[in-house]
Amino acid sequence: MKKHLAFILTAAMLILPLAACSTTPSGGTATTTAGSGSGDNVIKVGVFEPVTGENGGGGFQEVLGIRYANQEKPTVDIGGQTYKVELVEVDNKSDKTEAVSAAQSLVSSGVSVILGSYGSGVSIAAGDIFEEAKIPAIGVSCTNPQVTSGNDYYFRVCFIDPFQGTVMANYAWGEGAKTAAVITQLGDDYSSGLGSYFTSSFKALGGTIADEEQFQTNQTDFKAILTNIKAANPDIIFAPSSIATAPLIIKQARELGITAPITAGDTWENASIIENAGDDAEGVALSTFFDEGDTSNTVATAFLSGFKAFLNADKSYLEKNGGEAVAAVSALGYDAYNVALEAIKGAGSTDSQAIRDALVNVDYTGVTGNITFDSNGDANKNIAYIKTIKDGAFTFLKTVEIADTGSAETTAAN
Amino acid sequence: MPVNKHRKLSPVLSLAVILLLLIFLIVLEQHQASNRMVVAVLQKGAILAVAAVAMNLPNGFTGIFSLGMAGFMSIGAYITAILTIPTDTIESVYYISGVAGWVMSIKRALDGLPQPLLVLVALLIGGLVASLFAFLIGIPVLRFKSDYLAIATLGFSEIIRALVASPQLDRVTNGSYGLKNIPGFATASGSGALLIPFAIAAVCIFIMVLVINSSYGRAFKAIREDDIAAEAMGINLLKHKELSFVISSFFTAISGGMLAMYMRSIDSKTFQVSLTYDILLIVVIGGMGSVTGSIISAFLITASKEWWLRFFDQTLYIGNWQVPLLRTGFRMVVFSVLLMVVVLFYRRGLMGDREFSWEDILGLPRRWRRRRAVTAAARADAAEAKDGGKHDA
Amino acid sequence: MSFSTFIQHCLTGISLGGAYALISIGYTLVYGILLLINFAHADIFMMAGYFMIFAMASFPWQVAIPIVILATVVLGVVIERVAYKPLRNAPRMSVMISAIGVSYLLQNLATYLFSALPQGYPTIPPLKKVIQLGSVTTSLVTLITPVLTILLVILLMLLVRHSKFGMAMRAVSKDFETSQLMGIKINRVVSYTFAIGSALAAIGSILYFTDRMSVTPFSGTMPGLKCFVAAVLGGIGSIPGAMIGGFIIGITETFLVAFGYSTYSDAVTFLFLIIILIVRPTGLLGEELTEKV
Repeated sequence: MKKHLAFILTAAMLILPLAACSTTPSGGTATTTAGSGSGDNVIKVGVFEPVTGENGGGGFQEVLGIRYANQEKPTVDIGGQTYKVELVEVDNKSDKTEAVSAAQSLVSSGVSVILGSYGSGVSIAAGDIFEEAKIPAIGVSCTNPQVTSGNDYYFRVCFIDPFQGTVMANYAWGEGAKTAAVITQLGDDYSSGLGSYFTSSFKALGGTIADEEQFQTNQTDFKAILTNIKAANPDIIFAPSSIATAPLIIKQARELGITAPITAGDTWENASIIENAGDDAEGVALSTFFDEGDTSNTVATAFLSGFKAFLNADKSYLEKNGGEAVAAVSALGYDAYNVALEAIKGAGSTDSQAIRDALVNVDYTGVTGNITFDSNGDANKNIAYIKTIKDGAFTFLKTVEIADTGSAETTAAN
Repeated sequence: MPVNKHRKLSPVLSLAVILLLLIFLIVLEQHQASNRMVVAVLQKGAILAVAAVAMNLPNGFTGIFSLGMAGFMSIGAYITAILTIPTDTIESVYYISGVAGWVMSIKRALDGLPQPLLVLVALLIGGLVASLFAFLIGIPVLRFKSDYLAIATLGFSEIIRALVASPQLDRVTNGSYGLKNIPGFATASGSGALLIPFAIAAVCIFIMVLVINSSYGRAFKAIREDDIAAEAMGINLLKHKELSFVISSFFTAISGGMLAMYMRSIDSKTFQVSLTYDILLIVVIGGMGSVTGSIISAFLITASKEWWLRFFDQTLYIGNWQVPLLRTGFRMVVFSVLLMVVVLFYRRGLMGDREFSWEDILGLPRRWRRRRAVTAAARADAAEAKDGGKHDA
Repeated sequence: MSFSTFIQHCLTGISLGGAYALISIGYTLVYGILLLINFAHADIFMMAGYFMIFAMASFPWQVAIPIVILATVVLGVVIERVAYKPLRNAPRMSVMISAIGVSYLLQNLATYLFSALPQGYPTIPPLKKVIQLGSVTTSLVTLITPVLTILLVILLMLLVRHSKFGMAMRAVSKDFETSQLMGIKINRVVSYTFAIGSALAAIGSILYFTDRMSVTPFSGTMPGLKCFVAAVLGGIGSIPGAMIGGFIIGITETFLVAFGYSTYSDAVTFLFLIIILIVRPTGLLGEELTEKV
């Protein structure tokens, strides 16, 4: 009886693939848009983001930015014909292994261009697969240089870690810190990369690194390493790490009586950190891509009001975003989507190779500033915003502009 | 006699199926661009089939409950990866701490080999190193009884994972950053994407079947059924357990190497305990002690997990009605419930400890007829007995 | 390392060890009776973490704690009834696969129900009070954990040594079948054992997560395996043994991390396991038993 069953199942196994040749499975939810009258013309855009795992919160904020952009511009004109843009979302679970299978499922669903991801490790892991399939990917907030280096199909709309590390080292030095402690996550390209760029810049400025500590992914007990840091007594702590780790480090540090200010990179701009760390989060400083309060950019002001209305329209969005504050990564997600659309228009085709070739020449002014790509595929960006947590909210402190990663120039905010 | 006829027919049928499969694979390989999901599922299925059969060898055939699969897979995967990553791009993979000199000199020495041969050599080296590890680990661990053996092998797999990820081995394994740029199965033109993994898997499984059917295999089964009796019959327990464990580890490592080629980028977290559990799920559902069961269930489970049942993870609308329960994570809940149902009510799995054979398939109608006759007769007997009871009353 | 740093590390280690000790008692009791590594115990501990999050959302902590303990006990007993009892006469491998299956199911269920995103663990105000001891700063939970652990262990030992139920438990763990023949209600003893183990896991989870502040569906796995090792280290079946094992593992882990070997903290635990199994299979406090290893 069982054998009989097994045989039927095996037969099904062999027949189903053939049957499925005509109906390619789609790897994710498709956000349907109202744009009718465009016939059957559909172009698929892949969204490769973590919605769960340690970076799930930030990944979802990027997805929100992309969904909003898709709602705003649901169609694109290619060679005189209107195509509906269909988002194919997959969850890479903030995990390199999952990222590979998520990337494969995206590639197999026939997307023309891919947006994402939050977190450099997953982007690096998936880069080979995108390159092999010759599908261009536009990184949203993966800041490690390795994402685009040596990969002709990976682009990104954010700045990179050597720049960010220099910015934060300059900030720390400017605050009068002479000694610093660095906490990084083992095996996380973003965290250890940013940590080492900070270390080298801080040393170049004349500071000393009093202590370097590393922790493992999913570690929740930081008391042992924080005790060591307390003993080293640094003026400032730099702890680039994931959103999930941030409140744990902040709270446990304060519990042990460490009073030195804690700083980090772009990942920490997430409301859940303030929510979970409470009063202990006050005074935390970080660098990020975009500031809500900057009204000089008209694209940005339009985006802000539109995006807030978008958030308010859906309770679950508002809840997951942690209120109405617009995260920089949402703005970057919005920009990445629009850059992709520009490239599709420029290519005049749904062919991913043509889109890749068009991306090289994209010149687009978005929410986070003007975006053009250098030969690596990195956005030419030389401005970072420093924010601090004050009265339970992210407050703009100043912008830092660095022409090349060697010298820094700080513009104080008013 | 019908049975005899079947016996003559079965080699022909097997050959026909193999040929059909071969043609199917070749055709699919040529159209892989439009069938990526099928190709990916078949590749992963072939890899997991090797791993499942290799896990079945100690667990199903020898009665050693070993949970060290993930550790041996990581040995195979890392060695295959390190040896096959193209020498000219390896610097960019180890961009944080650089490559150790001796690793580079081994790579340079192997550089002369053509790509397919290099892969084969890498897989074999991975397998041999894993066997060596298994041999050493086996000396103390195989003396333990079931649960302790399980937790000790699981512990060893965690120790191996920690070693692979340790900063001290940064220049060899790239520590916890993992490896990327691992070449896949296919050559640049895309050929071999299916034939190569299937060929490797077929050879591996064939060798394991030979072992199982040899006198060693019979000794394994004797140990499984009753180790004290087996020892009394003159079977050297430790030697045979060691043998089963080492052979299993060799092929587990090869499947690990194939997994690295399939995934193209690996890190130590790929080889957590959950990987062992995934393979265990395949073995249990296929049937402990059945090679064909493991193979069938490897393909079935991979296909349902990666493809057929993916819709479980997505919110689905039929018209305006949202199908309840479907959202991220539901797929894995279904799988774990399935595993529990098999464990509790269907303990023999798909195939029990029997193997697939054409004779059984072809003999089915006859046996059904007979069974129907038997049940009918039994029913008649029961009815008669009931009637008899009534008469008595 | 200065003296105050050393003391700080010791406190952290003892506190972690206390939580481990409470969890490992669950393993040691169940193994003593059923000869089963209850792989699901780790996930019962994890679920207790989620129960606390939900209980604290609607009740003050004084009410939430008993609710959590009760819910965890129910979960533990139900798991035994559904997944282990039907397999009482099955080969040991099947029971162990069933235990792995339950653990797999609980993890996936938690991922499905609560998402894999780490959830913040609620603060129990009195436990979180920060106190200053000379140059050492610590929260109250760090000090309470070891004290509470030792108290509970003494209580449990009194129960096992001097109550009728304790006698039944010891009888069952000595000889399962004979005690059944002597009229002991095996199923009831097994259920109570699971109840005690789960209750201690719930208390352990409150202490553990209060210190770590976040729960994920996988946060039980590693502590669970380590606690089983702690139980073996102390001598399986022995309650004070489990406690000592828990403290040894907790302190070792803390100092390994402190010296910068966090990668090895899990590996060393398993190394302990293998060494103890080779050198002294009965563990530190285990009785001489035949056919255990």
